[in-house]
Formats: sequence, C-alpha cells, structure tokens
Amino acid sequence: MRVTTLFVALALILLPVADLSTAGHDPWPLLGRMLAGFARPDFAAVETLAHALSLTVAFAVAAVALGAAAGFAMAPFYDRWPVRALCIALRSIHEIFWALLLIQAIGIGAPAGVLALALPYAGIFAKIYAEQIEEADPRPRHALPPGTDAISRYLYACLPLIRAPMAGYTLYRLECGMRASVVIGFIGLPTLGFQLDSFFRKGDYGAASAILICYVVLIATIRLWMRPKLAPLWLALSVVLLARIDAPPMGEGAVWRLLSEDMIPAPLRAGEGLAGLIPWLREMTLTEILPGLWNTLIATQIALVLTGAIAFLGFGLTVAAVTGRVGRLAGHLGLVVLRSLPEYMLAYLFLQILGPSLLPAILALGLHNGAIIAHLLGREAAAVTPVLRADAPRGWSLWGWELVPRLFGRFLALCLYRWEIILRETAVMGILGIATLGFFIDSALAELRIDRSVVMLVVIALLSAGIDAISRHLRRRMKLRPVTGADCAAV
Amino acid sequence: MKARLDGAELGYGAATVLRDVSLTLQEGERVVLLGPSGAGKTTLLAAIHAQLIARDERVALVPQDHGLVPQMSLRRNVYMGRLDDHGAVRNLARLIYLPRGLRDQIAAVLAPLGLSDHATSPVEALSGGQRQRTALARALFRGGGMLIADEPVSAVDAMQAAEIMALLSARFTTAMIALHDVALARSFATRIIGLRDGRIRFDAAADRVTDAQIARLYG
Repeated sequence: MRVTTLFVALALILLPVADLSTAGHDPWPLLGRMLAGFARPDFAAVETLAHALSLTVAFAVAAVALGAAAGFAMAPFYDRWPVRALCIALRSIHEIFWALLLIQAIGIGAPAGVLALALPYAGIFAKIYAEQIEEADPRPRHALPPGTDAISRYLYACLPLIRAPMAGYTLYRLECGMRASVVIGFIGLPTLGFQLDSFFRKGDYGAASAILICYVVLIATIRLWMRPKLAPLWLALSVVLLARIDAPPMGEGAVWRLLSEDMIPAPLRAGEGLAGLIPWLREMTLTEILPGLWNTLIATQIALVLTGAIAFLGFGLTVAAVTGRVGRLAGHLGLVVLRSLPEYMLAYLFLQILGPSLLPAILALGLHNGAIIAHLLGREAAAVTPVLRADAPRGWSLWGWELVPRLFGRFLALCLYRWEIILRETAVMGILGIATLGFFIDSALAELRIDRSVVMLVVIALLSAGIDAISRHLRRRMKLRPVTGADCAAV
Repeated sequence: MKARLDGAELGYGAATVLRDVSLTLQEGERVVLLGPSGAGKTTLLAAIHAQLIARDERVALVPQDHGLVPQMSLRRNVYMGRLDDHGAVRNLARLIYLPRGLRDQIAAVLAPLGLSDHATSPVEALSGGQRQRTALARALFRGGGMLIADEPVSAVDAMQAAEIMALLSARFTTAMIALHDVALARSFATRIIGLRDGRIRFDAAADRVTDAQIARLYG
C-alpha cells in the first residue's frame, strides 16, 4: 500500500510540471471530422489496404521466425556470459531505434525492417526459452542413462516437455511483432503505419478507419490463422512478399563506414582524444540528454499511474460475474482494441488531436498498458470466481470485496513489471516529436550524427536497467509472486 | 562385489535420512528393500545407483516417478534407455525416424508387458499402470546385468505384478528393488533388507527372514 501511495503521490507532484498543454490547438472540430470518418469506414482502397496489411504480417512473420531461430540456438548457452551479454545488448535497444540505425546502415528496405525486429527478439527469445528450459521437469533428465551426451539429453528429455510453452510464447511474440511491424511503417517502411500516416495527412479518415478495423480483426483472430501446420506456408509467403520490395541501392561499404567511423564520437574521430570528448559529452548532456531524460521520466511516472488506474478499474469489466454477459463482451472488445493498437500508434492518433506535448504519450501508454494488465488480471479473476463460495456477492461488490483483495499483489507485480516497458516506449515516442529521449536520437540520426544517437541509446539502456533493478527490488521486498515474460504470453 | 556401504549416512542435501548403513551387494543377488514409506528405501537405492554409475556399471533404472517424457510416444520413451550407446547425431536422426530394426526390438520388449497396442501413443495418453510398464520397458530395453527399481509394480494388478517380477529376474542377474508387497518380495528376492525410521532393521537371506520380523517393520 505504501508503495502505491508513493507512486501516486509522485505522479501527482509531477503533473503540474509536465508539459500537458494542447498547444493552442482547438481539438474539437478535428475530432469531429475524425469521428465522422471513423464511423464510416471506407474500404474502397482495397488494394492499398491489402498490400499494407500483408506486408505488415510478412515483416512480423519473417522477423519472429528469424529471431526465434536465433534465440532457440542461443538459449541452451544462455548461462554463459558472452551469450547473455550479447542478448542483453540486443534487447536493450528498442525495435524502432534498431530500425532507425539499420536504415542508416543498410538502407530502407526489407532486410532493415526484418532485422530491426529480429535482433531484439533474438535476445528476448533466448532469455525466455532459457527460462523455459530451466523450469522444465528435471525428472526425465535424471532418469536417463548417465553416459548420454548433452545434445541427446536436451532433445529427448527437455525439448518435448517445453514445446507447448515455447510455441505459446512464440505466438505471443508474433502478436508483439505485428504491433512493431505497424510502427516501423511510421518511419518509412512499407507497412500499415506508413499507409495510416499518409491517409491521415490526406485527411482520409474513412480509409484510416478501415485499415484500423482490418488490423484489429487480424490480431484478434491470430490464433485462427496462425497454426503450427500453416506456419511454413506463411513464412514462405512472407519471404516472397518481402523479396519483392524495391529498395534504393546503398553505397558500397555503408555498414563498415557506420561501424568504423560514424559511430565513433566526433572528437575521437578528429583525433582530439579525451580532451575533446569531455566538452562534447557535457554539451550533449546539458542540451539534449538531461531535458530528454527529464521529460521521459515525468511521462513514464504519470503514465505508470494512469496504467495502474485503468487496469485496476478495468479488469472487472471482463469478469461475467461483475458486469454480466453483455458487459463482459463489451469489456473484452474494448480491451482487445486497446491492446492490439500499439502505444506508438495510439500516441500518433492522440497527437493529431491534441498537438505535441507529453499528454498524447501519457494517454497512449496508460490506455495500452492498462488494457494489457486489465486483460491479464481479468483472466486470473475469471479463474478465481468459480471457486468462490456460493453466497459470494455479485457485480461491483464482488470486484471490491473478493477480487481486488485477492489480486492486488498480482496487480502491483504486473504494474511494476511493465514500468520498464513503459519507460522504453516513452523514450521511443520522441520520434513523434514529443520531447523525450527518442526525439533527440531521431534528430541526431537525421543529421547523420550517429555518434550522438549511440550515446543516447546507451543512456536509455542504463536507465531501463536501473528501473528494472528498482522494480525487481520492490517486488522482492513486497514478496510478490514473480512475473515472467511467459506469464504475459499465455493469452 | 558390486557395491558397498560402510557405516554411511545418507540423505538429501543437509538432511540425513538413513544412519549407519553398512551393506555389500554381490553379483547375482536379488535384493528387495521392505519398509513403510519414509523409511529410506529410495535414498538407499539412490546411493547404490550412484556408486554403480561411478564404477561405469551398466545399470537399468526404474525411478519411482518413472522419469518419462509425457509428450513423446511410448516407443521413443523406451528407446531413451539406450541414448548413451549412440552419439547426438544418430539420436537426433532417431527422434525424427526410428528405423525398422529398432522398432522390432522395442516391440519385442513391449509384447510381454502388454503394451504392444500403444507403441505410438504419447505417454500422457496412457493410464498410470501403462506408464509404469513403459518405465519397465525402458529398463528392459536398456538391458545389462544390473537393475535398480523403486516400487516398479505398484500400479499394476497382482497377476501382472508376479509375471513382471518373473520377467525381471530372468533378464537381470543382479537387482535391488524396493517393494511393498511382502509375498511378491519373498518370491523374487534372494535377500531382504528391512528398513524403518532411517535404520536397517534386518538384512538376511530371503528364506531366513520371518514374518514376525517383517510385521515389526510396519507395526
């Protein structure tokens, strides 16, 4: 309870400091036009729509397949430090930043998009698969003849045990991949985000609405079309589709130049040594890192509390005993929509309406993450309700008296678990023009000052490692049941 | 001599389960461990097994929890008894395709255990008794002269249990088995060890152990 109060109080203190202005925007007329457009989805641009959707799926499928294969290969060796360090490094950079970097390195094309998702996912898959290997029932392993080699041991007595959870997690990652695939469209790759952006620029809200509806349906039905047996087919189709994307040619040796020159801090490149490096770092810290950091942290803290509030009030919506059958259906629908739309895309929508400030970012993060936690809690609540006594209350009294007390620990654990995720997403939203760290990374990259962006990426990695450490510490001190990545997967 | 304990203290981690254990296991002996649950039978079996392994003996093992892979077919679970006879590449290939010759060998092991109809069923689809017989099939398929088994017939009916024990004594020259069925123990064993409260209460040739001695273990 103390921790909750602390977090809420901190957010309330930060509220007046945060830039939440609507920047002289009068959002109402625009909102009216948008809503009118959304109410009348326009499926006329079928071809563009199908193309953008199929490429969105193709990027996600190819990247998840590649990342899963690499992670699968690394997982058995995850306890060795070089593998672990590589995976942490891969994971610590967000998909979108990978995309921005890769576009610089290998040009805007299918490989950049696929790798942008596959590289961080390889690190995540390696970690989760390694956890699943570790948690596998040890008894079949112990019953093996003692001289059995390690590979046979793994293939016979471990892999069959964890195949189902592995497949489950991979499917969940595909869902994440679909969201990330949309978002890389906003920085120029030919996925749904790109199409959505151009529809918005033209004010064609009907077409934008159509594209959003198709996308939500696609995500909601993922379990129907993504079957293990069909996976090779989807993968082959994805590769064919991606191979047909035209990419502008890149100069020879662009990758090497990026690694050997562009990424080296400018003063070192110019041979000024440490004497040049310190003023360079100080200048960047004062003008970009500190302001970016400040805004990132403010937005993160407020968004975290908003996430908590939405999850706390929202999880009851999906429990039939609280809201009734119709209410439950509506609750599910609302949460599915908010969960499927990536926070970046939500922020983009809010930004159109509210203008650039921290407000769109906070709203988007709160709604999306709140919906995810509400969904997970709702599932646990649904598992609790049948075992309650026959004379248990119903409706919102059930929520308040039976569910909240039982699930509050879980609720806190999930919020703290997503704290770091919220931080990373907040940083990324800078690319939309909101003054978080991503804004400065994006502008440094646009000016081809790769060295500066690398420093800021390191800052974000350190910051998220710090938040992660605090979050773990808090969860341990409050003796909360640990949340694993796989917990969120079993949707 | 196959294995020997001399005044040993045995247990899991820091907790001692068995105190002051001295015994020698000779080639050709069929030893049955009797005693109430918690007496230390499993611990004693584990200690003897570890010693045999350390001497590179080929031991067929039937753990109490069977150690099967539920998601895999019965047949492949049986094959796992010989994983250490082959390298990783061959084992991987057999995970994908089990050659005819091996399938026949496994079928020969399954027939007397009454498992022939289930060779391709996943173990998780089998009944408790069938799973136990699968674990026994793995031990029989592994072969060798030595068997360590922990309650290997607890989940099959009395008739079958007697048949299986006869099969085991025909296939393995030396064995150490924990049982709870006294009649079965008497018909199978050449030597019986009685355990209670973490100590060996008696250790003698099967025909010299009296019913009163056994009754005191459980009383």
